[in-house]
Amino acid sequence: MRTTVNRVGNVLAGALLVLAAASARADAPANGEWPMAAGDYANTRFSPLDQVNRGNAKNLKLAFSFSTNTLKGMEAAPLVVNGTMYIVTPFPNFVYALDLTKPGANVKWKFDPKVSPASQGVACCDVVNRGVAFADGRVFVATLDAQVIALDAANGQEIWRRKLGEIKNGETITMSPLVVKGKVLVGNAGGEMGVRGWLTALDAGSGNIAWRAYSTGPDKDVLIGPNFKPFYAKDRGTDLGVKTWPPEAWKLGGGTVWGFISYDPELDLIYYGTANPGPWNPEQRPGDNKWTSGIFARDPATGDARWYYQWSPHDLHDYDGINENVLADLDIKGSTRKVLMHADRNGYVYVVDRTTGEVLSADPYHAITTSEGVDLSNGVLKYNPDKEPRAGKVIHDICPGSAGGKDWQPMAWSPRTKMLYIPHQNICQDAGTYEVSYIAGTPYVGADLKMKAGPGGFRGEFAAWDPVAKRKAWSLKEKFPVWSGALATAGDVVFYGTMDGYFKAVDAKTGDALWQFQTDSGVISQPVSYKGPDGKQYIAVLSGVGGWAGAVVSGDLDIRDGNAANGWGNAMRDLPQYTKKGGTLYVFTLP
Amino acid sequence: MCSRFLSALAAFLTIAAAHAEERVLRVCADPDNLPYSNERGEGFENRIAQMLAGELHARLQYEWAPTLRGFVRKTIGQGLCDVFIGVPARFERVTTTRPYYRSSYVFVSRASTPIASFDDPALSRARVGVQLVGNDLAATPAAFALAARGVTDRVQGFPMMGDGPAAQRIVHALAEGRLDTALVWGPQAGYFAAHAGQPLRVSIAVPPPEAAGMPFEFAIAMGVKRGNRALRDELDAAIEKRRAEIDTILASYNVPRTDKP
Repeated sequence: MRTTVNRVGNVLAGALLVLAAASARADAPANGEWPMAAGDYANTRFSPLDQVNRGNAKNLKLAFSFSTNTLKGMEAAPLVVNGTMYIVTPFPNFVYALDLTKPGANVKWKFDPKVSPASQGVACCDVVNRGVAFADGRVFVATLDAQVIALDAANGQEIWRRKLGEIKNGETITMSPLVVKGKVLVGNAGGEMGVRGWLTALDAGSGNIAWRAYSTGPDKDVLIGPNFKPFYAKDRGTDLGVKTWPPEAWKLGGGTVWGFISYDPELDLIYYGTANPGPWNPEQRPGDNKWTSGIFARDPATGDARWYYQWSPHDLHDYDGINENVLADLDIKGSTRKVLMHADRNGYVYVVDRTTGEVLSADPYHAITTSEGVDLSNGVLKYNPDKEPRAGKVIHDICPGSAGGKDWQPMAWSPRTKMLYIPHQNICQDAGTYEVSYIAGTPYVGADLKMKAGPGGFRGEFAAWDPVAKRKAWSLKEKFPVWSGALATAGDVVFYGTMDGYFKAVDAKTGDALWQFQTDSGVISQPVSYKGPDGKQYIAVLSGVGGWAGAVVSGDLDIRDGNAANGWGNAMRDLPQYTKKGGTLYVFTLP
Repeated sequence: MCSRFLSALAAFLTIAAAHAEERVLRVCADPDNLPYSNERGEGFENRIAQMLAGELHARLQYEWAPTLRGFVRKTIGQGLCDVFIGVPARFERVTTTRPYYRSSYVFVSRASTPIASFDDPALSRARVGVQLVGNDLAATPAAFALAARGVTDRVQGFPMMGDGPAAQRIVHALAEGRLDTALVWGPQAGYFAAHAGQPLRVSIAVPPPEAAGMPFEFAIAMGVKRGNRALRDELDAAIEKRRAEIDTILASYNVPRTDKP
């Protein structure tokens, strides 16, 4: 039994449950490693290390730094296993292994996957990568040109590579794969290109495809069988992935899979979200457009679907459902519930029973005008028809904007404070002053989206959310969207980064500022914590602005064009005054 | 007046300076997007570029880049080339010349069973091909019009990305009987229909009243980096002078025109 018990939290005393809780952390040993992007299968991003605490965090000092030789958006989490740190960069997806046992952590090996340069032109929103995976002495990297490559962790030698998608059809991969029971799970990106979304399981030993589950189409393609038991009646029926679309539209229907995957070893279920339907405008795809903008629970061995819930049926606003699902057990109304917590692009924090798919609560964490709540009796999101996009119609104050209340940037959960730490934006948008666009020789009139600060005039927020009380405990306003992930620690210190380049430590209980460090670029990555070979606690983060929100800097976009970066240009006009491109690892510790 | 004089002077000086060495006309073009351009120089924009280079006494040089998302930023935006031969005249990401042709979305159908109007009762039952422009919540004006008419059930989208231009794949599907009609941007429709190996009808699509405000016609101009008025003025003069030859080139590629009787 490891000291993971207080990590998972909560809970009943029963030995069985404690065992289960510990096994949930089986791949995230208490030896202070950080073996997967989210830290653990439950996606808590909680480090059990407590050397850095509320009292001494102010003394954090730079231990070492490392330049990755890239200048695009750095969204990845460094992994730490066996005294080695593994980093993947944005395109061209270099993988570095740094030897933490040596002073200054010199490079043990570097791997260049030789990614097709054409993939840069395909990726929708900067050329990011969200991290490698590690299992059984192998590092698994997914590349922008839709390959997965297995490397020998000891020397960086390539063991196998598998091409999973076609760049020429618009498919890319940006997510961090997850290895569960000997299978590498990875999904595609590119919904706006007419890609049909899928999650694929590769055998970690051979790289062979074990199963692939599509997000649209007939049940046999979606891996829906007799064990599929969605909680709500609206999600039951045969071939809904075909019937909830015009006859042909599901073939290009989107529902890509580019967020984080969670795993509950006790229930033996994986959880992941599907992206928005596409690439049609909503009027051309009447119907719920299943199984897009929702969440699947599946058996990791076979891919067999167990339940599904649709966050945003017939999505109208580009609200991908891919945001991460954090697993924990909560005391709700007198009983302990196995839940998953999810802050959706549509602006609600959902608490869902992860055994059944029942929505227990859904409460706004961001200003919302596009809907008027979730009906808990039938799970229906109540859209506000006034904010429905229509060709030729100008609509003001669509909240949240297309990037959602929160985009990909993952939140953290502390079993000590029982709070979610949600990095997010405060962005609304106006749509509809239509302008002439041109792509591949075809002129059209595109919706001119202009994002802007939401109510209050600030653009980012870092909030502590109490999922039982269903409200914010505290929140910090930021000038720019908080596009970095969050890290919670057993020292009750929470970390996040800002697009103007600060890496910050705050008090997990109060939000009080404890420490900050100015990096050379904006921070939009996933901070991690690990115990070094010297026994000390370290905090690591990559700096390098970019991503969808930061592309005005990493992609040299024209800030005079408010529509640049699909609407972000307007909201991020001043970012170039605050930061510049970068690509550096920073690692901190106490003196 | 004064600024016009200065830009003309600047243009003159540019030409003079270039002449001292060798003038190069750097054209941004798609390496594989007929009928406009390809690396073998077989498109009508290739032909117009060659003609322009001759007019400007410059050597023609291409910067090849697919005209997908971000194509302006990645080409002219990075200073890799100076001119697009064809962009919509109201395209705000570049400074445009005067338009040199105007076309429209068209219906393409088999000549034996033409479906060429939004009012044709056969349209609601037809398998209709459209180009998918590949941006969230965006569609071609013709596809918007179909949705506005409630025609969604048998519409098939052809993404921009794939084997060859979407318009080519659509016309191919039509010729093979997998579609009954299609709504395609004129220059692409005209060219591929002429090469389909069977009689296809190309007819200008008239927008239905439900799609009021959705333009089906677009004027096409050349585009230079925003603010490069000197080059713009030169190109305007060249277009004016060589208008008849441009018309001949466009006609030889079967470009449907709405600015010509």
